[in-house]
Amino acid sequence: MTVAVVVFPGSNSDADAYYAVSHVIGVGAVLVWHKDTELGAADAVILPGGFAHGDYLRTGAIARFSPIMGAVTRFAGRGGPVLGICNGFQVLLEAGLLPGAMVRNRGIKFVSSMVPVRVEQTDTPFSAACTGGQVLSLPIAHGEGNYFADPDVLAEIESNRQVVFRYVDGHGEATPEGNPNGSLNNIAGICNRQRNVVGLMPHPERACESSLGSHDGRVVLASVVQSLAAGAARG
Amino acid sequence: MRARVYVTLKPSVFDPQGRVVADALLSLGYEDVSDVRQGKFFDLELSDTDTDPAAARARVTEMAEKLLANPVIESYRVEVLP
Repeated sequence: MTVAVVVFPGSNSDADAYYAVSHVIGVGAVLVWHKDTELGAADAVILPGGFAHGDYLRTGAIARFSPIMGAVTRFAGRGGPVLGICNGFQVLLEAGLLPGAMVRNRGIKFVSSMVPVRVEQTDTPFSAACTGGQVLSLPIAHGEGNYFADPDVLAEIESNRQVVFRYVDGHGEATPEGNPNGSLNNIAGICNRQRNVVGLMPHPERACESSLGSHDGRVVLASVVQSLAAGAARG
Repeated sequence: MRARVYVTLKPSVFDPQGRVVADALLSLGYEDVSDVRQGKFFDLELSDTDTDPAAARARVTEMAEKLLANPVIESYRVEVLP
């Protein structure tokens, strides 16, 4: 099993994602440069966090036109599991692989902290090993993580159960107090209608070992291994 | 030929930066400011082979749709200048 981690100029969590997949989860990982046009034999793809192309124009706006994105779009279209973390989520939004957009955090400030995140759906390749309603302690680090979608789009993703992760307070409730950036409906992560493409602002790859303050991110990455194994077993 | 593209957040999208600027103006004593919306503009220099303003407008509109603005959150306005 091989997970491809795409490297854009300005990615800064590519090495973290590579390490978490290869050393902590223990499956194959390869780094793929954004100018490449093929993903090779990858079984899953991660678009990592960072500031691709300096976040110039809008976050993810330039990266979505990187040559590798053609292959990522085709892979996603075939049902391949794709995870966008933080800046990777922003790239998926700009590419239209996920609905909605990110705007500046409500409080203007760049937010860097550990936050409780509730798993809303477990039928995606990146939440399959979680239990529904499980609250994960995950780090966030972003200036533009304020999720926005038009009211009709928001209603649609809620009714299609596309909200996979939600920011919650210390009691596990999706309250304004538990919302670090102003995201509509406390949205921390969503999937597409086909459920194989997932984006989230928190960084599971930075929370895979207790020495880093939390190992709750491990279950997110382990999910794709479980999900691919289940898919292979089904044939 | 030149073109200018103005890009602003759609009215339905909260603009945190504009809000902070409005608060700053209020704290400076400009109490007549009720709201500020922040935006940006792009000045495009077009090659001299583009001499038809209508064709240039269509082309720049395409650029705005594809890259300069994100239609999910932003609206844009194109001006073609001689």
